[in-house]
Amino acid sequence: MVNLWIDDHEVKAKEGSTILEVAREKGIHIPTLCYHDAVSSAGACRLCMVEISKNAHSRLVTSCLYPVEEGLVVKTNTERVINLRRVIIELLLARCPNVKVIQDMARELGVEKTEFELEDKDCILCGLCVRVCEEIVGVSAISLVNRGNKREAATPFYEASNSCIGCGSCAYVCPTGCIKVEDVGDKRIIPRWKAEFKLKKCRVCGNYFAPEAQLDYLRRELGLPEEEFEVCPNCRVIDNDVSYEEV
Amino acid sequence: MGEAIESILDKYRRDSSQLVSMLQDIQAVHYWLPKEALIEVSEGLDIPLSRVYSVATFFKAFSLVPKGRHQVTICMGTACHVRGSPRILNRVRQLLDIEPGETTSDLKFSLDTVNCLGCCALGPIMVVDGEYNGCVGVGDVPKILESCD
Amino acid sequence: MPRINSPSELEEIRKEIQAKRDPNKPCIAMCAGTGCLALGARKVIESFKEEVKRQGLEGKVDVRENGCPGFCERGTVVVIYPEGICYLGVKSEDAAEVVLSIQEKKVIERLLYVNPSTGEKATYEQEIPFYRNQIRHLIGNNTRIDPRNIDDYLALGGYGALAKALFQRTADEVLEEVKKANLRGRGGGGFPTGKKWETCRNALEKPKYVIVNCDEGDPGAFMDRALTEGNPHSVLEGFIIGAYAIGSHEGYVYIRNEYPLAVENLGIAIEQAEEYGFLGKNILGSGFDFTVRVGRGGGAFVCGESTALMASLEGKVGEPRAKYIHTAEKGLWDKPTNLNNVETWANVPLIINKGADWFGAIGTEGSKGTKIFSLVGKVNNTGLVEVPMGITLRDIIYKIGGGIRGNKKFKAVQTGGPSGGVIPEQFLDAPIDFDELTKLGSMMGSGGMIVMDEDNCMVDIAKYFLSFLEEESCGKCVPCREGVKRMEEILSRISEGRGKEGDIQQLERLATAIAEGALCALGKTAPNPVLTTIKYFREEYEAHIKEKRCPAGVCKELINYFVIDEKCPGCGICVKNCPQGSITFMGKKNPVVLDQSKCTKCGTCFDVCKLGAIEVR
Repeated sequence: MVNLWIDDHEVKAKEGSTILEVAREKGIHIPTLCYHDAVSSAGACRLCMVEISKNAHSRLVTSCLYPVEEGLVVKTNTERVINLRRVIIELLLARCPNVKVIQDMARELGVEKTEFELEDKDCILCGLCVRVCEEIVGVSAISLVNRGNKREAATPFYEASNSCIGCGSCAYVCPTGCIKVEDVGDKRIIPRWKAEFKLKKCRVCGNYFAPEAQLDYLRRELGLPEEEFEVCPNCRVIDNDVSYEEV
Repeated sequence: MGEAIESILDKYRRDSSQLVSMLQDIQAVHYWLPKEALIEVSEGLDIPLSRVYSVATFFKAFSLVPKGRHQVTICMGTACHVRGSPRILNRVRQLLDIEPGETTSDLKFSLDTVNCLGCCALGPIMVVDGEYNGCVGVGDVPKILESCD
Repeated sequence: MPRINSPSELEEIRKEIQAKRDPNKPCIAMCAGTGCLALGARKVIESFKEEVKRQGLEGKVDVRENGCPGFCERGTVVVIYPEGICYLGVKSEDAAEVVLSIQEKKVIERLLYVNPSTGEKATYEQEIPFYRNQIRHLIGNNTRIDPRNIDDYLALGGYGALAKALFQRTADEVLEEVKKANLRGRGGGGFPTGKKWETCRNALEKPKYVIVNCDEGDPGAFMDRALTEGNPHSVLEGFIIGAYAIGSHEGYVYIRNEYPLAVENLGIAIEQAEEYGFLGKNILGSGFDFTVRVGRGGGAFVCGESTALMASLEGKVGEPRAKYIHTAEKGLWDKPTNLNNVETWANVPLIINKGADWFGAIGTEGSKGTKIFSLVGKVNNTGLVEVPMGITLRDIIYKIGGGIRGNKKFKAVQTGGPSGGVIPEQFLDAPIDFDELTKLGSMMGSGGMIVMDEDNCMVDIAKYFLSFLEEESCGKCVPCREGVKRMEEILSRISEGRGKEGDIQQLERLATAIAEGALCALGKTAPNPVLTTIKYFREEYEAHIKEKRCPAGVCKELINYFVIDEKCPGCGICVKNCPQGSITFMGKKNPVVLDQSKCTKCGTCFDVCKLGAIEVR
C-alpha cells in the first residue's frame, strides 16, 4: 500500500493502481471520455489529466495511466488543469458540435462556444470500441485506421467484416452513442460497420434475441453443445442441478 | 501472387513483428498492396485482418490503390521547401492533373510526396522511378515527365 | 573471411590487411552517397573505372566508392590519395583528364576549390575552408573507406575499441567511461547517454534490448544517413560496445524507409561483421554474444519517437505511449530497452579508444564532443558539417557555410526540425550547446540547420511545419490531432490574407494546451516553430493579418508577379513556360505583358527568368 494525497485527501492505495482508479474509489470526480474500467486505458482524450508534484517539481499526467507512488501529491482542479480541459473540450466541440455528451461536458467545464470552424463528426476516436472488440470479445473486427486527422474506427476496407459477430459490445461502450445497433424483425443491422446479422429465435418465447453469429462464436469458444444456445436469457432459469431449464 | 507472398512470409519466419518489412517486400512486387494480399498475410500469420489493415493504412509507404507505370515522388522536406519544392509540386500537379497519392487515369503516372529523402543539399528533389533529379527548377519539370514513355 | 577468435588475432589480421595495401598506391576516392548519386555520380564513377582500364592502369590505380563526406553542394566529390587532392563538381567528361593527371602527378586547377572572396585555390581537403573549420572525428573517415568492405574499416583501426572494451574493461567500466565523458544523446533530447544506459543495465527483467534509431525524420537532416551509408561499422562497433555495457544480447537497427542505400550498406556490414565474428556468439572469444537485426520504417515521422519506434518493431502501428514507466525499464516487448541515435552510438568507439578525458576536452561545460549538422537552405556551402560543441552559429553559417547564397540578407536559422524553433540574427553568436539553444526557444534536435534569408516568410515557415506535423501526427491524442490542425487552419487563413484580430492570441492559447496536454514529444514540441516565429517575427504576422501583406513575397494570395519592363529583353522564355498562358510575347526587344487576371502565382516565370525581369511584390 502507498500513501498519497489527492486534492486535500490523504489516501492509501494498492500499489499498481492508477490515480484515476483511486480517485473514483474515493468519489473524487475526474472527467474522462476514453476510459472504461472493462478495458485497458489509452490516455487518448487527455481530459483526465491532473497536476502531480513530487519534490517541488510539478507536471500534468493522465490519471488513467499514472501509477500511484508513495508521497505523490495530486491536484485534480488547478487552473493549469482546468485551462487544459477547456481547450480539449472546445476542440472536441468543434469536431463534434452535435454530440450530446460533448455538449454537456463543455457546459460543465464552462465552455460556451468555439471559434474554430465547425465539423460535424460523431466519433471522438476514443478507441473504446476497438479495445473492447480486441480485449473482451476477442475478434478484433474493427481497428483504428489511417493516421492523424484521417484516423477513424473502421472494418478492414470499410466492408462488412467476416470476424464481426454482431454482439454490439462496441455500441455498449461508445461514449457518444454513434454506433447504432438496429434490431428489426429477424435482422440486426449495425450500419456503421455495414454489418447485417440473422437473429436467433428463442425456442420458448419466440423472440429474436441474439445474432446467430454471436451464438456460434460463443459455442465454439466455450465448447458448449448447441442446445445451450436455443433459449433466450429471459427464458432461462438457473437450477441447482441443471444449467438451463425451460420455463 | 500466392506463392510470392508465401515465400515472403517464410523469409521473415512468419514472425508477425516483421509485418512492416513483409508488407514492404510484398508491395515491391506489385507496386501496391491489393486487398487479396492483405487477406493472405492475415491468414498466413494468423493475425486479425483489422490489424494488417491498420498497419497498411498508417504508414505512408504503403499504397492501397494501384500505381502507375512511372512513380513520381517530390521531396517536401524543410530544405527543399525553403528552396521552392511547393512550386515543383504544383507544376507536376498541373501537368498530370492528379493530387499526391493518386494515379493518372491512363495508369501512366503516380504522384507522391515524401517528407525528406536526406539529400537536402540538392533540393528541390524529384524522384522518378527511383532516379533522383536534384536541383530541379520549375522549367525542368515538363522535360523530366516527357522523358517517361 | 576467417573468424577472429581473440584480440591478438584481430591485430594480426589487421596487420595483414595493412601490409597488402600500399599507402603510396594512387586511389581515386569517389563519393557514392545518396546525395552525389542524385547528381549523377553513378555515371561519373563508371566513367572513371572505364578510364582507368582504358589507360592501362587497372591494378595500379584503385577506384573506391565511399560514403558521403558532406560537401554535398559540390558533388561529385573526388579525392585523390595518397596526396589528398580534392576535386569538386567532377563530371564524367573529366575522367580522362583526372586519370591522366594521376599518371603525370599533376593537379587539375579548374576542378579545385576556389575561395569566392580571395580567389585562392585549395588543393588538399584540409585546405578547403569548408573542411578546415570542422573537427571531423565521426565523418572524416567517410572518404577513406568503402562502406561495403569491412577490411577498409579494419585497416584504419576499426573494431580495436571493441576488443579493448571486451578484454580490457568490465561492462561497468565501459559504462563509467561513457558516463564520465558526459556524452549526451544526439537524436534530439540530449539526455545523458551513460545515465540512460545505467537505468537499463540496472533494470531487473530480461532479456534486454538495444536499438539504433536511424529513423532521422527531421526534414532537412541527413547526418545519420551519411554515417549509416558511409561508415556503418563505426555505428555497429559502438552498438556492440554499448550492448556489452548494458548486458543486452539482441539489438535492432531501425532505418527509415526512405534510406534504401543505408539499409543495403548496413545489411552488408552486418553480414561481414558476422563472418569475422564481431557479431554473433562468443565475440572475439570474449564469451559475449550479440546479434543485430534490421527493422525498416514505413514512412512515419512519429516512428522516430522511441515508443512509437518500438511499436513499429513489434509489427504494430507507430503509436507512442505514455512514458510514465521509462522504456529503459519497459520498452520493446515490455522489456528493458535502451534506444540511442546513430550518431550517439558512433561516438562510443572514440570514447573507448581515446578516453573520456579526451572527449570531454572538446565542447562546452554542458555539451561535450562534436556534433554533425546538416547545414542546408539558403547558404552557399550546403552539406554536412561536424563541429565542436560551443562553436557559434555565425561561424558555422559564415566561416564554414560560406555565408548566404546570392548575397542575400540572413533572416533566421531553424534548428531542431519541427520540434525546434527559429533563431534570428541577434543570436548568431550563441554557442551551439544543448542548453543554450533551448534557452532561445529552439533546441539542438538531431542536427538539422536550415538557413533562411529575406525571401523566406516566417508565417509560411510556421505553416509548413504545422502542415508537416499535421500529416505526421499519429492521431491518438486530442491536443495534437485536433490542436495542430486548428493551428494550421489559423496559419493558412493568415497566409491567405484572411487573418483576424485575436488570431495570435488564439495560436498562443492552443500552443500552451498542446504543449501541456499532448501525449508524446511530437505533439508537445509542435508549437515551437509557431511560438518562436511569433516571438521573433511578430511584425511579419501582423503585416499579414492587419495589412494583408507578405513582406517576403511568398504567400501566394498576398503577392503578385510583375514584369520589370526595363529589365525585360523580350526573350520569351517566361511565355513558353507559363502554364496558364498569362504572359504575352510582344516581339523581341519588347517587354512581355503579364495578365494578372490569368496569373495563378505559380512562380514559374520568376524561376525561369535569369535576368531578374520578373519581380514579386
